[in-house]
Amino acid sequence: MVQIMSETLLEVKDLKKYYPMKTGFLNRGQQHLKAVDGVNFTINKGETFGLVGESGCGKSTVGRSIIRLHDVTSGNIFFDGTDIATLKERDLKKYRRRMQAVFQDPYASLNPTMNVFELISEPLKIHGSPSIKEQKEIILDLLNQVGLKEDHLYRYPHEFSGGQRQRVSIARALSVKPDFILCDEPISALDVSVQAQVINMLEDIQAETGVTYLFIAHDLSMVRHISTKIGVMYLGNIVEIASSDELYTNPLHPYTQALLSAIPEPDTLKEKRERIILKGEVPSPLDSPSGCKFRTRCPHAMSICAEVVPSMIEVESGHQVACHLFDN
Amino acid sequence: MTKLLEIENLKTSFFTEAGEVQAVRGVGFHLNKGEVCGIVGESGSGKSVMAKSIMSLIHSPGKIKEGRILLHGENLIGKSDKELRSIRGNEIALISQDPMSALNPVVRIGKQLTEVIIRHRKVKKKEADKIAVDLLRQVGISSPEERLRQYPHELSGGMKQRIMIAMAISCSPELLIADEPTTALDVTIQAQILDLMNELKEKTDMALLLITHDLGVVAQNCERVMVMYGGMIMEEGPVKDLFQNPKHPYTEGLLGSLPKQSEGVKERLIPIQGSPPDLLNPPKGCPFAGRCPYTMSICEKQMPPYFEVGIGRRTMCWLQDESKKDGANHE
Repeated sequence: MVQIMSETLLEVKDLKKYYPMKTGFLNRGQQHLKAVDGVNFTINKGETFGLVGESGCGKSTVGRSIIRLHDVTSGNIFFDGTDIATLKERDLKKYRRRMQAVFQDPYASLNPTMNVFELISEPLKIHGSPSIKEQKEIILDLLNQVGLKEDHLYRYPHEFSGGQRQRVSIARALSVKPDFILCDEPISALDVSVQAQVINMLEDIQAETGVTYLFIAHDLSMVRHISTKIGVMYLGNIVEIASSDELYTNPLHPYTQALLSAIPEPDTLKEKRERIILKGEVPSPLDSPSGCKFRTRCPHAMSICAEVVPSMIEVESGHQVACHLFDN
Repeated sequence: MTKLLEIENLKTSFFTEAGEVQAVRGVGFHLNKGEVCGIVGESGSGKSVMAKSIMSLIHSPGKIKEGRILLHGENLIGKSDKELRSIRGNEIALISQDPMSALNPVVRIGKQLTEVIIRHRKVKKKEADKIAVDLLRQVGISSPEERLRQYPHELSGGMKQRIMIAMAISCSPELLIADEPTTALDVTIQAQILDLMNELKEKTDMALLLITHDLGVVAQNCERVMVMYGGMIMEEGPVKDLFQNPKHPYTEGLLGSLPKQSEGVKERLIPIQGSPPDLLNPPKGCPFAGRCPYTMSICEKQMPPYFEVGIGRRTMCWLQDESKKDGANHE
């Protein structure tokens, strides 16, 4: 197990995704919305990498770029050593099987006209063609794994609760035995008591199959619980990466500090973190500030922050931060 | 302390084609002047329907079947629309979860805000404009004169929620019901909004009923909390006391399913198995019996009464009754 952990499965290098926007009189002007603007990170096999940030920071775009749901503007995505960022759809197909996704809204991501059997057998049919009998066997196994029963097999999505639907989504993702699953806010739409069920299940599946997760969420306490490493995103950039415990006990970037201090702590015994209330709101990604993008809300902004874009500095082994406060 | 709001045995149902959905099944509590009280519960626990019942905003096919809602000792149920209009806004105000759908998208912010002020404060338009600018400043909106001329779509979610708060406090209500006021917002904006509400509360001494599913929000902002499940209040008590020492298995389960923020150790989460009860055919006994790890034979047969378990604390659970314990599944 330890050996597997150290192998890199995914390496993202200077990933950029710009969306062209028409602006101005009669849409003649053209601007770029920089959803993801140079993101670097690696995920090791069997690990869970958490990506956190506020809405609009580009975390979902990163996830979707990695599984190539859309084309990227520039940059590399090395999946098991191969750069899949520029692969053509035909060459991509074998990687499609190895990368699966679970999305936030289980109401929207399951086709309402297909029953559970059809939903889960679809990826099986696309990636190899087992007989109906084999399919049924595989699917029953999967249902068992995600805590659903055999009599759920021919039911339709509307007959399930949110938590059960998310289980179906997870079973569908697992059906083709992927190496990597993108979990894009998989528990945000669920109730607290059901969230824990799904999180435990994801952990069990990982322990059993050694699958790697990219876990995107805005619920910071759940992310800490499930992730090995965490990246914090702000306006299209990763501003800090560290192991999950390190990030929560020793946050360095002013944005990470503010983000963590804003979590309402349910434990009334615990000492309150000093609340850092950020002023203002996230600037528009169409018109992002020069230099460090966080400087307009940063309590420690200096003159250099407006001029120079801070680069990622490794402060300690495995703890990287992009902030001028840590320049030497 | 004087009681501002008293609710007795409130039952609200929706009469749908499939049958009667009993969203609120007998809720009773009181709220003192200037108090901040939290209501937590999962989706479908009846917390929003209860809030709407208090505001008399239940429309067909919904109906308040039973109970009394007393504001200053006066029953709101059965009042005419005209009478209610003078109470809503003036005495009770509601902020809802989704500021995007609470504002009219084709009317300028200024008009929506002054409409309320003109109606309830009986002032001229010019003065209302002045009050509106003042209010926006109070809720921390920069360049308020400009904002008044904008349409809702030009503002961000946090900004819209500030407008909603400004609207709610425009007639200085004695009670503000905030139904998931920060659920649609990011954490840093959530912190701003909660801070603002606390600040306003300090200034005006209004009572706040904060409805949320986030135990953290309750822990940080409320004095007293009620835990709702299946249309009923399962447990009630002072926040600190209740969170540290829950007396109902449901509260215990909710707290157990949250990740513990301790260093180094990764404890496994303890989820509550199963899913919430079907309110179309609610169980005869305790609504939580089907998911409770301590279920006893009586739990499924008979609805438990409230047991006093300390100062200001009550819980609806048979475990508190020594004589009813049969020890069947109970460890």
